[in-house]
Amino acid sequence: MSSPSTQFAASRRMGIYEPVHHISMWGETFKGSTSPNTGVSTIVELETRVDNKSEETSHGALEPSKKYDQEANKPPDKVLRRLAQNREAARKSRLRKKAYVQQLESSRLKLTQLEQDLERARHQGVYIGGAYDSSHLGLSETVNSGVATFEMEYGHWIEEQIRQTRELRNALQAHVTDIELRILVEGGMKHYYDLFRMKDTVAKADVFYLMSGMWKTSAERFFLWIGGFRPSELLKVLVHQLEPLSEQQHFEVCNLQQSSQQAEDALSQGMDKLQRTLAETLATDPLGAGSYTSQMTAAMGRLEALVTFVNQADHLREQTMQQMVHILTIRQAARGLLALGDYFQRLRALSSLWAARPREPA
Amino acid sequence: MEKVMRMASGKGVVMFSKSTCCMCYAVKILFNELGVNLLVHELDHDPEGREMERAIMRMGYSTAVPAVFIAGKLVGSTNEVMALHLSGGLVPLIKPYRVMS
Repeated sequence: MSSPSTQFAASRRMGIYEPVHHISMWGETFKGSTSPNTGVSTIVELETRVDNKSEETSHGALEPSKKYDQEANKPPDKVLRRLAQNREAARKSRLRKKAYVQQLESSRLKLTQLEQDLERARHQGVYIGGAYDSSHLGLSETVNSGVATFEMEYGHWIEEQIRQTRELRNALQAHVTDIELRILVEGGMKHYYDLFRMKDTVAKADVFYLMSGMWKTSAERFFLWIGGFRPSELLKVLVHQLEPLSEQQHFEVCNLQQSSQQAEDALSQGMDKLQRTLAETLATDPLGAGSYTSQMTAAMGRLEALVTFVNQADHLREQTMQQMVHILTIRQAARGLLALGDYFQRLRALSSLWAARPREPA
Repeated sequence: MEKVMRMASGKGVVMFSKSTCCMCYAVKILFNELGVNLLVHELDHDPEGREMERAIMRMGYSTAVPAVFIAGKLVGSTNEVMALHLSGGLVPLIKPYRVMS
């Protein structure tokens, strides 16, 4: 097959661009089906063709007069033969184009069908991708509809969170009344409760996705504990922002710190036990006569408990926040929510900065 | 039902559990941490366990275990125990049953 530059040079000499270009395209596409020689000879033939005598071209391009005279002086049968060859070449080109278009059409149908299958499977909450479960796949690849819904809702949740945090900051700086602050605090708390409801739903759809923290930014994942933040961490973030606290408040906050830590430890140990028992369930003598099915059934039963643990962890988060609001004045609670919103925003920003940091080339 | 109440009354802090339940294990850890001498009754080891499960669930709980009774009164499942502890209400209830080590 002649090089593209040769083909282009030929077309330039003739002053005809499109037909040659088309033919070379079909030629390239059907390298296997078309012999290279046909392509070359086609172009060579077109080079010497008389423009206005050809039936195939739609262009009335200008021909150098020299060439025209040359053509007119050639013996008629040679001209006729060339015309016939041109017709043949054009016919073959049309056939190749037809075959190419047919190939495109069938690919398009196949694609539509695949998309429909994918959509159907998505609605059934089926995992597509064989052995991979969605926690291994990137966010854009997950096809579990529960997860997709959660991701979308969480995106909106974050936007609303940013807006509410800004509103809280403005309100506190403007020294609005306690009544107005109460509305903001109740709105802020409700917003967190909404998140816990969303998490409850997605936990039932795909608990491993939730546990993986893939829906959070990277720095947030560093702090992940059973699918979210640690209640004790939350209190640490808040406490320093809330001074001055009364003696009674100090006492109650300390108690809350201690009891939330104890509850956290208890859940953590429960999770460890779950890991151990799951491992024990799966680890059997490979040469033994144990039943694979009963082993898998037992393991599946163990995994059910994971949803319970995630729910309980979220319950702990919710309870810790509720208790804080109970202990604090409304103004303190507003400051607390602002501190919390601000803290998580910085954590998310840190994730972005870290990801974008300049690195030494490998 | 009677067996449940019989086992729960007059015995301080009682937890109905199942040996396979890891959440029950977590609650047990919590009570241990609080220094409580917890009486655990494994329903999967009790011949009447199934009936006892049903009796507990009839008291309004979606899961029978863990079920915690203090001084013969039903406190609740994990949710209730955790919420009570965070609000500071659990420690006063278990005070008489704490074993100071």
